[in-house]
Amino acid sequence: MIGRSIDGGSMATPRDKFGRPIVVVTGMGIVTSLGAGKTDNWAKLAAGESGIKTVTRFPIEGLRTTMAGTIDFIAVDPFTSTRLSERIAEIATEEALAQSGIGSKGDFPGPLFLAVAPVETEWPQRLELGRLIDKKEFDYHDMLRASGGGRFAAYHDRFMFGSVAKYLAENFGTKGSPISLSTACASGATAIQLGVEAIRRGEADAALCVATDGSVNPEAVVRFSLLSALSTQNDPPQAASKPFSKNRDGFVMAEGAGALVLESYEAATARGATILGVVAGCGELTDSFHRTRSSPDGKPIIGCMRKTLADAGMAPEQIDHINAHGTATPENDKMEYLTTSAVFGEQISKIPVSSNKSMVGHTISAAGAVEAIFSLLTLEHQRIPPTINYDVPDPTIHFDVVGNKARDARVTAVMSNSFGFGGQNASLILMREPA
Amino acid sequence: MTERKEVWITGIGILSSLGEGLDAHWDALDAKRINIDDKRFAPYIVHPIAPVSFDAQIPKKGDQRQMEAWQRIGTYAAGLALDSAGVKGNQEILSRMDMIVAAGGGERDLAVDTAILNADARGNFSPGFLNERLMSELRPTLFLAQLSNLLAGNIAIVHGVRGTSRTFMGEEASSIDAARIALARIEAGQSDIALVGGAYNGERLDLLVLFEFGDFNLTGEFARVWARENNSGFALGSAGAFLVLESREHAEARGAKPYAKLSKVVADLAQRKQAGAVTKSLEALWSKLGVGDDAGVVVTGATGAEPVTSEERAFLRQHQGLAVRATGTMFGHTVEAQFPLGVALAALSISRGALFPPNDPTGFEVEKSDPPTQIVVVGTGHWQGEGMALVETIK
Repeated sequence: MIGRSIDGGSMATPRDKFGRPIVVVTGMGIVTSLGAGKTDNWAKLAAGESGIKTVTRFPIEGLRTTMAGTIDFIAVDPFTSTRLSERIAEIATEEALAQSGIGSKGDFPGPLFLAVAPVETEWPQRLELGRLIDKKEFDYHDMLRASGGGRFAAYHDRFMFGSVAKYLAENFGTKGSPISLSTACASGATAIQLGVEAIRRGEADAALCVATDGSVNPEAVVRFSLLSALSTQNDPPQAASKPFSKNRDGFVMAEGAGALVLESYEAATARGATILGVVAGCGELTDSFHRTRSSPDGKPIIGCMRKTLADAGMAPEQIDHINAHGTATPENDKMEYLTTSAVFGEQISKIPVSSNKSMVGHTISAAGAVEAIFSLLTLEHQRIPPTINYDVPDPTIHFDVVGNKARDARVTAVMSNSFGFGGQNASLILMREPA
Repeated sequence: MTERKEVWITGIGILSSLGEGLDAHWDALDAKRINIDDKRFAPYIVHPIAPVSFDAQIPKKGDQRQMEAWQRIGTYAAGLALDSAGVKGNQEILSRMDMIVAAGGGERDLAVDTAILNADARGNFSPGFLNERLMSELRPTLFLAQLSNLLAGNIAIVHGVRGTSRTFMGEEASSIDAARIALARIEAGQSDIALVGGAYNGERLDLLVLFEFGDFNLTGEFARVWARENNSGFALGSAGAFLVLESREHAEARGAKPYAKLSKVVADLAQRKQAGAVTKSLEALWSKLGVGDDAGVVVTGATGAEPVTSEERAFLRQHQGLAVRATGTMFGHTVEAQFPLGVALAALSISRGALFPPNDPTGFEVEKSDPPTQIVVVGTGHWQGEGMALVETIK
């Protein structure tokens, strides 16, 4: 997993064509349902393995969807989704920092941008409180009266929205006020975008961009299930996620974390860091049509991709792989084809497209960063991971889907797309070397 | 980098326990009005949202139904800010207006929660019980009223703000960082105009429970923020506060009338395990603003929770002659709305050429008769994060 250094001679200036500092990646860390670390994840991803399995963490009786990409090989005690998010973010960050070699232990020389699932008091803790109330019938006022006195002080700290970022900022010594953010399923891409912007502004030479989601819990599954967003093809679980297939029926919830160390090209080369890739462009455009559905004409998504190309100063012809959002919901994949083909025109049939979610599921708040890392690994290995479960192609989606088996290809620039509830659209362009 | 652009505050929208809009708030502050409810959640105290017809800013009932109170408060206040900036309905500007919203999460269905908790306490808890109850009783769209980024989503749908949309989370600090990042982007030319703010519904039992875990709630007798030394804590307040920020050149080109200049926003995360860390952190932030101490003005969101309020007071006492105003006294603790509310009141004071009167029996807040030209807004989180903004008269 050794990254190839960019030949310094090919780059006369550390600035891009717009005069901004070039932003490079010098460290990456990842945890998904496939495993911890880039080596394990890449090997399984390239082999077309699925991390989706029947949920064993909690009872599945009464649920329409009973499988997910849970991370069960990392124990946290007591279990909360927020603590799991925190722990996997920590593991991914440790890996990214070790690879980057930046700063020193507990002293990262830049800000933290963290994409994290929204936090709230969780059921085990709520039930624990309820069980303390010595009353036949009680209401929430009774709950309130039983909450104080310090017995549950740790739950206050645990269930603050800023708790995960605080923990990471303190442990890794990031500078300034850490930012926790959510743009729903685009959050991971937004975290990277905030880091890129800070470096381009010259505010920081380095940024730690982390995205994490450990929120496969009963209520989270129910919430997405009630919106009919999840696949119910529970058996076998690894075949449930079918991006771009005719028989796709929803996404599969999953957990994961991705961490990237971003640096200005100048700072990275000055310290002799190995450069893993370049964040050449990022873009974002909001859809104001509906809370969960895209504008039928797809204009906001089209605009998002075009903004990203413009931000990178690139033409569509320069993109030679698309790491799709590809959730496998009927609506997403249809809209993604409509919009992507509008941006890329006839050329779209020649661009290999793949969805990592076929294997790792939808890591929600983490997805944008997890998939950016997979895109960078694709660039490194010159090999595109497959979209598995692609047995019945949707005849209306004319993507060149990398179906079922990884494909060796010359890849110089990847567009990675993320779309989320609330009209969130974000795209990134990742390259091996500057354009 | 190119030279930093000057950033103006050209729109302000406030909806709170004291009413809606700038005149209502100015009058209420002048009259030292405080609106509390100490009965509904007794012995806990809240500052309830003032009666408001949401139709005025959220015309479609269908939209209102899709939201819970925190989203309605925020979407309403955002609409007021757009009106105030004169950009409401201006599709050309709205289509490229950036947005950073500070948000927590939305309301739960407490009837469903309470029924489940009671059944559990009676021992009726089979393995699939929680799943079955949630599947059958949760309203499917409730999730959309709970997701943090759906306040921004609703603002996009209702008002058409649709450049970029980012939601920051993390209680008080999220709203400081929202202002900080929006300012930095405009200064650097990454954005021309942005909507920034937050909203909070303080009338929620589940949130009172969350803060009661840490013994942060004010109970019993209401006291003004600086008079809580013997009974510390905060009374949650409902409020939405939004600002329109834009580059001077963008504002001038469209003939917008500014309230004030937003010169700086700085923030940090003190290691609070050490006593005095917040005092030290605030001092360090103050030194970054480049303001003198003479006759300075501070609008603070100090919560009344301890030990942080005492640490903030120690910092303020190091600067003699400051005229301090604690918004927590009048508005309660509005968490993610705390900082934009402070910036809004500072900008309003600058534009009206006067600082609103003290509201403090301890004498810590002193009169200020001459027009303020510089106001420092302080936001100190109840358990983490602190920041400041410098709001100034436009020259």
